[in-house]
This record gives sequence, C-alpha cells and structure tokens, in this order.
Amino acid sequence: MQKFDAFTGNLAIATAMKQINPDVCAAYPITPSTEIMMLFADFVANGEVDTELVTVESEHSAMSACIGASLAGGRVMTATSSAGLAYMWELLSVASGLRCSMVMTLVNRALSAPLNIHCDHSDAMGTKDTGWIQLFSENAQEAYDNVIQAVRITEHKDVRLPVMVCVDGFIISHSYEKMQYMEDKDVKDFIGEFKPYRSLLNVEKPETFGAMVLPNYYMEFKRQVREGMEKARKVILEVGKEFGDRFGRYYGYFEDFMLDDAEIVFVVMNSAAGTVKHVVNMLRKKGIKVGLLKPRVFRPFPSKEMADALRNAKVVCVLDRAETFGGEGGSLYLETKSALQTAKNNVTVINRIYGLGQRDFLPTHVDDIYKEMQEFLNTGNIKLFDYVNLRD
Amino acid sequence: MQEKLVLNFKELAERYEKEVEKFARGHRLCAGCGAPIALRHMFMAAYPYDVVVSNATGCVEVSSTLYPYTSWRVPYIHSAFENAAATISGVEAMYKSLKRQGKINKEIKFIAVGGDGGTYDIGFQALSGAMERRHNILYICYNNEAYMNTGIQRSSATPFGASTTTAPAGKKLPGKLQPRKDLTAIIAEHKPDYVAQASISNPRDFMKKVRKALEKTGPSFINVLAPCPRGWQHPSGETVEIAQIAVDTCIWPLYEVDEGYHWKINYIPKEKKPITDWLKRQGRFKHLFSPKYEGLIEEIQKYVDREWEILLKKTEVFA
Repeated sequence: MQKFDAFTGNLAIATAMKQINPDVCAAYPITPSTEIMMLFADFVANGEVDTELVTVESEHSAMSACIGASLAGGRVMTATSSAGLAYMWELLSVASGLRCSMVMTLVNRALSAPLNIHCDHSDAMGTKDTGWIQLFSENAQEAYDNVIQAVRITEHKDVRLPVMVCVDGFIISHSYEKMQYMEDKDVKDFIGEFKPYRSLLNVEKPETFGAMVLPNYYMEFKRQVREGMEKARKVILEVGKEFGDRFGRYYGYFEDFMLDDAEIVFVVMNSAAGTVKHVVNMLRKKGIKVGLLKPRVFRPFPSKEMADALRNAKVVCVLDRAETFGGEGGSLYLETKSALQTAKNNVTVINRIYGLGQRDFLPTHVDDIYKEMQEFLNTGNIKLFDYVNLRD
Repeated sequence: MQEKLVLNFKELAERYEKEVEKFARGHRLCAGCGAPIALRHMFMAAYPYDVVVSNATGCVEVSSTLYPYTSWRVPYIHSAFENAAATISGVEAMYKSLKRQGKINKEIKFIAVGGDGGTYDIGFQALSGAMERRHNILYICYNNEAYMNTGIQRSSATPFGASTTTAPAGKKLPGKLQPRKDLTAIIAEHKPDYVAQASISNPRDFMKKVRKALEKTGPSFINVLAPCPRGWQHPSGETVEIAQIAVDTCIWPLYEVDEGYHWKINYIPKEKKPITDWLKRQGRFKHLFSPKYEGLIEEIQKYVDREWEILLKKTEVFA
C-alpha cells in the first residue's frame, strides 16, 4: 500500500530516514540540508525512532562520529551541504577506506567564495573521487527512493562503501511536490536487519581499524575500494529492480527519456532534467528527434551503458552544474566523452555549464542550446564549451 | 564486575606473568618514550573492564599499528588527527543506541588517546564538543609538549622558552615566546564528571585517576605528562626522573577536579624545587642559561609560582 502526499525534498528524505530508523545519526546544521535534521530531531524527541542523535559541533566531527558509529556495528545516516561536505572531505576517504556502510544525503549547494547558499553540484563533484557511491535524484520522489535503496547498497557484503544521495538544494529540498510513499513496515521489510561485518564492540575479538599502511601495502587497500565500487554496479541494478518489483518505481544507472531514436541528446543530472524533459516534449511534438539521458549513478560511472544508450546520437550536449576551472569541461562531460571514446564513438559532445549558485536555467535556455545543436547538424559548427545564461 | 584496583607492583608483575598486556610489546616507539608507560598503566587501571580505544594520529598511532602488525589487544580505531574525541563519540553513541534497543548487553568503556598536538590544538574543538555532549568517554592526552611525531614542532602545550623546530632558540629569539595553554583547566570548565592532571612518574596516582574516570557515567579527561627524550633532549634513561622533577617543581602539578567543582591537589611536594632543576636537565632549555637570555628563567619561575598559588587557592575555595 502506498499513499500520495505533498512533500518537500527535505521532508521526503527525513521521512525515509524515519522509516529506515538508523541506530545513529550525527549531523551539523547547514543550509539547505538543516531541515532534514530538524525534522528528524522531532522524530527522536517524540520517540518515533530508536536513533541516538549526536548533534556534533562541526561537520568534521559529524563524519568522524559516523565513521566510529558505523564501525561499531549499526546503521548510520547523516546529511549535509556545500561547505559542510568540504569540511568533511578529509574523512570521506577514511569512510570509504575503512569500508564503512553509511548513507549521507547531500543537498547540493554551491561552494564559496563568493558565499552562496543556493544550488549547484560543486560540492558533490569535489568529492567524486573519494570512494563514495553517488546517486543523484531529480525530485523528492527519487530522493526518497534513493535514500531507501542506498541502505541496501551500502550494506551489501560485496560493496560496503558509503553512499551519497544527492538532491538539488532549494529547487527540490524546499519545494513541495506530490510524492508517493510506502508504509513503514514495507520499508523495514525492504531494507532488512543490519548485519555488522565487523564491529568495534566485539570485545571478544578485538580488531585494529585504521592502521598505518606503508607503500608496501597501501595500493592493495585502494584497489579493494575500486573492487567494491565495481561490484556495486551489479548491486545497484539488483536493488533498483527489486525496489521496482515491490513498489512499482524502477531504477537503473540512468533514465533514458525519448532516447531510442534521438539524434540530438541532452545529458543532465538532478532537477534540471525536469526542465529539459519539458523542452524535449515540446520539440517532439514538432517531430524533432530530441532526447535526454539523466544519469542517476555518477559513481560508479556507467560508462559502457551510457555509451551504448548514446550510440544513435548525432550531437550530445552535456550540462554540468559545476566547474572544473581549467579542465576541458565539467566532470559529467569528461566522463561522458571518455565513455564514448572507449566505445569508439566519435560523436560531437559539447559542454554547457549552467545554474552555478542556482542561476536560473529555464526552458528557453534549453531551447537556445537545442538551436545551436540543430545548427551544428546543418553546418558542422558549434562552440564546444560555453556558459548558459551568463551576463556579458 | 570491577575488581579492586591493584596498585601493588609485585602483584601487577605477577598478573602480567600470566596474562598478556593490552598494549603489546614490539611497538616502535622510541626507547625512553613516556607515552607507552602511560598506556600500559592506563590498561592496568582499566583492568578488567572491556574497553574500546580511539586514537588520534601521532607517535603512538604510527608506532603501534604498522600494518600488518598491531600492539592493541582491544578494539581500536584510528581515523584521523583531529577527531579522536568525535570518533569515540560515534562509537559510544552506537553502543548506547544498541544497548537501549537490547541488541547488546555488555559493559564497555570508551577511551580516546591523543598527543598534545591532537588534543590542545587541532583536536581541541572535537574534544570540547565531546565533553559538552557528555558522552560516557575518557579522553587521555599523553602530553609531551610538542608535535614530536612530525619532528618536534611547537604546540600550544609547549612551555615558554622551549626550543622546538618551528620556534627554535636563535640569536634573536629564545625559543617559544608564549606560555602554554592551560588545557586541563579549560576542560575542567566544561564541568565533565572528572578531570585530572597526572604524570608517568607517579603511576599509582595516574592509575587511580584512570580508574576513577572509568567509574564515572559521563565524560572525563586526564592530561598525563609523558616526556619525549628526543624533543626534550635528555638521555632516554631519565624520562621518569624528569617527569618527577616537573611534579616537584610544580610546573606540572598533580591535581583533579571531581564532578565539575571539587578541586584537589593530589601531591604537594615537601619542598618545592626551583624550576632550574627541571630546565637544566633538558637540552630544549639550554639556551636559557646563556647570558644573552638572562632573566627569562626568573620569568618562568614567576609563572610557575603564580600558577601554583592560583591552583592552591582554587583547591581552598572549591574543595
């Protein structure tokens, strides 16, 4: 049985957390993710969850406490944004290196300076190589579904890597939308009991976590993180399928929208995909072969599958909501291009940086890019890199 | 289940002929290092509690966990430099949660161990937070008064006038220009269940303090002086003696603050020795005895006297 109701992104995530009922949460306030922990603190105060909520004095301590709690053998969750994630950065590779199971919601927000509390993906992209699985969510529904699936992914014995569920700040976190949610018992049944792999509380069999490892062994540890990431590919699909079978909403590596015969293709993650879908629908009505590929999983990056999905494209525009400052383009662009190159697909891929610090990204901007791509098909000329909706 | 604390060394020696020590030999700490002395006594006092240890990056950590070996015969976690207190907070929170849910029923104690750099400086915020949140943890700072692991850089625990590699004594400067931070008092002002200052030269006093701290149900903190022969520049056989002189000169008084308000000095020297007794035994203070830096030793003596007077007053007022 599922019900519909109006949820903000933050409420959707807090609701998922309540249904998951983690053993420990450690978090620190930062806009726009603060509300998740405010809502969750109410659940704690009212005895609706069994969670020990540790209201730490910084994000650095939040992640440190999550690591300690995870290795003590229980379910652990947290949430943060922007500078909070940046402050955790040191511990992110500790969490993956120590093979901690935990789920963190990242409500995406721009990095300073200049100070900006609004949405972009520079926080997530800054941590893409720290050994965390990264799931992206277009809306409250996907955020809710991803958080619940993330529990299964992070705790899978072949994976045991932390999972970051990304959702756009304000655009999704603070907007109400209609969402379908499950009953508590169904979520409980889906995620199952937590089975600790190892535990600091196992005093009968003491183990040393976080040893000092010299050059003679270090690389093997890091290779194991890669192996966990590789094995996560299968697990993510299995969990997405099982979730769909149970609840009717199926999840894979990405969503393909009008992609089969599309010659002009957009690739974009999170909420902006909604805007692009709208434009694709409009253009399709005119009989134009336009499509969208919306990655859900950025780490591990589904290179092979994406290249396959883009095989019929004649021009691809990858939209990045984060800069690489001096790189050839944004991170999603680079990964997409690399995937296509490996597949020996020489299709032209352009990159557009949009929505930094939540600069408006409207259907008219998508339409403008579409026109450039159409023009390219006629003339062969196009700018490979550009910003969207930027003052001159 | 706690049995009486054994303070008799003969009895302890007999125990460890039969049982293994929780901090195993074979670690790579230097000869004469004060830290393992503190750790071994810590475990003697914690006996027979089950403990979990969180350790900040530092000398103890790098020397005791060199993969694939470990000196720790208790569950142990090292995560980073500045977060031993935050990490153990998480472990303790999980314990509390699982216990409340009836998923675990053992009695376990939680200890964080860090050097002065990881405690006074970079780990200060995490420590303050953990104390304020009143986790049931004991934080032990093995204090060797500088960043010894990275090569003897000054920390906020380094005393005035000590020469270190980032505040060296030179032609113009006499080493560190600032007095050290009074961390024990700062933590005492967090009003945790128990705070103490101890020294490896007084193991019975230290062991009593560790046991007392572990018997509390809230946070506790012990700052134990643990000389470093490399950094302090003294022969490695003199570690304990030099720690004892620190206590006898009152530059490192042994005291405790119980339940947030009860200040007590645990050891008042029969005869308070002049600070020169301590300074002259260590190469890091050698320059203070040259004519160029005349007068500085008197300043240090004045500082020690004043701090000692304040401590005596505190113990009178807040007995």
